[in-house]
Amino acid sequence: MSRDLSGFRPVLSDDEIARALTRMAHEVVERSKGASDLVVLGIPSRGVPLAQRLARSISSVEDIDVPVGAIDVTMYRDDLRLRPARALEPTDIPTGGVDGKIVVLVDDVLYSGRTIRAALTALDDVGRPQAVRLAVLVDRGHRELPIRADHVGKNLPTSVRESVKVLVEEVDGRDAVLIGAAEDPVAHVDLEDAR
Amino acid sequence: MIRHLLSSSDLTREQATTILDTAEEMARLTEGRSVKKLPTLRGRTVVNLFFEDSTRTRTSFELAAKRLSADVINFSAKGSSVSKGESLKDTALTLAAMGADAVVVRHSASGAPYRLADSGWIDANVLNAGDGTHEHPTQALLDAFTMRHHLGDLDGRHIVIVGDVLHGRVARSNVSLLATLGARVTVVAPPTLLPLGVEHWPCEVSYDLDAALPGASAVMMLRVQQERMNAAFFPSAREYSRRYGLDTQRFGRLSDDAIVLHPGPMNRGMEITAEVADSERSVIVEQVTNGVYVRMAVLYLMLAGAGDGTTGQEGAA
Amino acid sequence: MIVLIKGARLLGAEPTDLLLRDGVIAEIGSGLDGTGATVIDAGGLVALPGLVDLHTHLREPGREDAETIASGTRAAALGGFTAVHAMANTDPVADTAGVVEQVWRLGREIGYADVRPVGAVTVGLDGQRLAELGAMADSAAGVRVFSDDGRCVADALLMRRALEYVKAFGGVIAQHAQEPRLTEGAQMNESELSGRLGLRGWPRVAEEAIIARDVMLAAHVGSRLHICHLSTRGSVEIVRLAKQRGLPVTAEVTPHHLLLTEDLVAGYDARYKVNPPLRSADDVAAVREGLADGTIDAVATDHAPHPVEDKECEWDAAAFGMLGLETALSVVQHTMVDTGLLDWAGVADRMSFAPGRIGKCDGGDFAQARPLAAGEPANVVLVDPSASRTVDPAASVSLSRNNPYEGRKLPGSVVATFLRGFPVVENGELTQSSIQKGMR
Repeated sequence: MSRDLSGFRPVLSDDEIARALTRMAHEVVERSKGASDLVVLGIPSRGVPLAQRLARSISSVEDIDVPVGAIDVTMYRDDLRLRPARALEPTDIPTGGVDGKIVVLVDDVLYSGRTIRAALTALDDVGRPQAVRLAVLVDRGHRELPIRADHVGKNLPTSVRESVKVLVEEVDGRDAVLIGAAEDPVAHVDLEDAR
Repeated sequence: MIRHLLSSSDLTREQATTILDTAEEMARLTEGRSVKKLPTLRGRTVVNLFFEDSTRTRTSFELAAKRLSADVINFSAKGSSVSKGESLKDTALTLAAMGADAVVVRHSASGAPYRLADSGWIDANVLNAGDGTHEHPTQALLDAFTMRHHLGDLDGRHIVIVGDVLHGRVARSNVSLLATLGARVTVVAPPTLLPLGVEHWPCEVSYDLDAALPGASAVMMLRVQQERMNAAFFPSAREYSRRYGLDTQRFGRLSDDAIVLHPGPMNRGMEITAEVADSERSVIVEQVTNGVYVRMAVLYLMLAGAGDGTTGQEGAA
Repeated sequence: MIVLIKGARLLGAEPTDLLLRDGVIAEIGSGLDGTGATVIDAGGLVALPGLVDLHTHLREPGREDAETIASGTRAAALGGFTAVHAMANTDPVADTAGVVEQVWRLGREIGYADVRPVGAVTVGLDGQRLAELGAMADSAAGVRVFSDDGRCVADALLMRRALEYVKAFGGVIAQHAQEPRLTEGAQMNESELSGRLGLRGWPRVAEEAIIARDVMLAAHVGSRLHICHLSTRGSVEIVRLAKQRGLPVTAEVTPHHLLLTEDLVAGYDARYKVNPPLRSADDVAAVREGLADGTIDAVATDHAPHPVEDKECEWDAAAFGMLGLETALSVVQHTMVDTGLLDWAGVADRMSFAPGRIGKCDGGDFAQARPLAAGEPANVVLVDPSASRTVDPAASVSLSRNNPYEGRKLPGSVVATFLRGFPVVENGELTQSSIQKGMR
């Protein structure tokens, strides 16, 4: 999706993002008392490269390979009928599955919480993890569901009239978190997904 | 992103690719899982409106819709079509009253799905599941899906379609879809089983199967109905299978990675010998499995989005 | 009743006046005295002889839900026709003197246009046995045109006998040229498009082969032959060749074959389903040329009403046929006059004089298709060539709505139609017919 980012100002730089991810990696390991049962799943699109980086980071801390994959939540969304159908993003569950594992869901921005609800339902159909944790790069508030993140890169209090954009090197050519005015402040479900 | 699917020739390359990519995700989302059902189309009603028997196609659509959690109604209207029973219009009005969101229609009359889609009798999405001798777009999509799975990108691939092109909706749909996807298509048939003007189709035409086979990546054999013999389209089943059947000898001349398709049901011994049909390179059973994924993809792309904010067949997302 | 038409252009020539009195044209000239007459200002209007349709389906008896003699002749009057030839494929079939007389009488009683019944060639249109052609000819209806229209007289021997037999009373066989084996289940013109749409093809050769055969048969037995609704370039060429050889062959073309082409079928809208089918643009060009150079003698509507349910369905299940009476003159103006292929005198010939001659209704007590001259029956139509309209099927007086021109803008309008001096159409609207007013 091509985006006009003029009028957006940076909130996190590439260095800050890298440091946040490293910190989150340590937190995950500490919380899980090791990395042996971890499976890291990114939510497309920008959650996936973030998940890969997080998994790499955990692997280097613990010196074991952490399985990493992707879980597309489109088919599980509760807002499908609010806009035209979209092409699906790949789902890629690592061999070994999720049964009995600690799944770390990774997304770029946590907002209404509806994406995470969909991800939990999707995960239900994949298997039965021992536990599910949530890691997000940015938590911008305004939850509509009782969901909170276990690991947060940056808490960013925002107005619904604002829009938060996460750029990642793998998709956008550079790393940054930006904030600017929302195009349509009412339809905030769209904003969360206008990535 | 798709309002109706009436004809594969209506699909742009981008749309066709989106459907095939989506079908691949459908396969990944359901293959090898204990829970094969996705909640996506919960609350949506899909009607299978079959004016002509086809258990295979109906079952495939039914399974596809159910895997997406849609409610499925099977409405068999056989015998009530052309023979002055309940008219297409009254059937459509009935389905509209029942609140159908999508109608999967199979009909012996070419163009019947167009009537349903354009009439204003019902505003459901219409999906052509085979109309007369016109088209069968989801069959073409599942064939393309199967070929892509084995051959990769179809761009520049040579695909040979053999059999009754004149009466065959599968051939029509496949030629246009494969051409859209960039494949080089050759249709092979006796001249009597080719329609007038086939030289304007986006394919090459040959009367000689042996000449067409070298270099083919895939060969699709079409069902030839015995009754065509009586109408003087060809002299005998034996002569047909000798000139246009895929036997072991011809099969042996194909390259090692070439695959063999058949939309089914097969006439073993007529257009295809049992050895070829059961060989490792025959993907005929796979075609059936893939049919479900492709139909899931189409139903998803038709029904999952916003009701009718979009008109016509809009570009892919 | 006396009517003075002031300033009409006779067959498109300089303006002049016409005085209609006692059912005949009393006088033609400028500055006629209109004392005691209803005066009609016809400035800018073209006066034509009342049009004669060689090919109309009135559906009565049998399918009065689609059309009746009353509704069909009202449509004819609005289209400028003062006589129509009612095709024989009714139920019962018009294959006896009784049926043709009944149709003829109903037409007389209703009084909007003369109804000339066409007799069936074979009993029940079955193509097996000759109907009693002589009895129909001798009946009060005075049948001169015989046709199994809707079906082809496919048997060569039967066709030969029919051609020979009607010589005894100056009749003509009007052949619906369609080789039956080549057109089994046929749905549209056989072409690249029919292949693409998966609709069974109706090949041109199925028409041309029968025309060629019948031309040779007519030559062999020295009989008149009329070809119904020819639709292909090949058919035009065969008829042209026959005429060059001096054979007594005549032919008609429908308005829809002068205008519409097969690509309209692409949406499977059965309004465009007709027999013979819509052909290609090249065929349209050929029939226009043929009509212009006189190879094709007449325009005939093949007005074929069908109830909504017979068109609002799957293409294969739909009935063949289109309405034509109310739009024919406009289509001819659009395709032939406005293109410079034909002048108004030419239109008078192709839509009145020639069909009158072919149908042998240009003499006797109820003569039609006569020249616009003093002493002739006052069958006159006034046309406004500068008018134009967007076709609205709902506005038709036909009982059916299978109008293929819906939404098209067509030129010209029929302002008035006089049947033996009585205005059955005035200001573009039907009046009460002469019979209902006690006038004959």
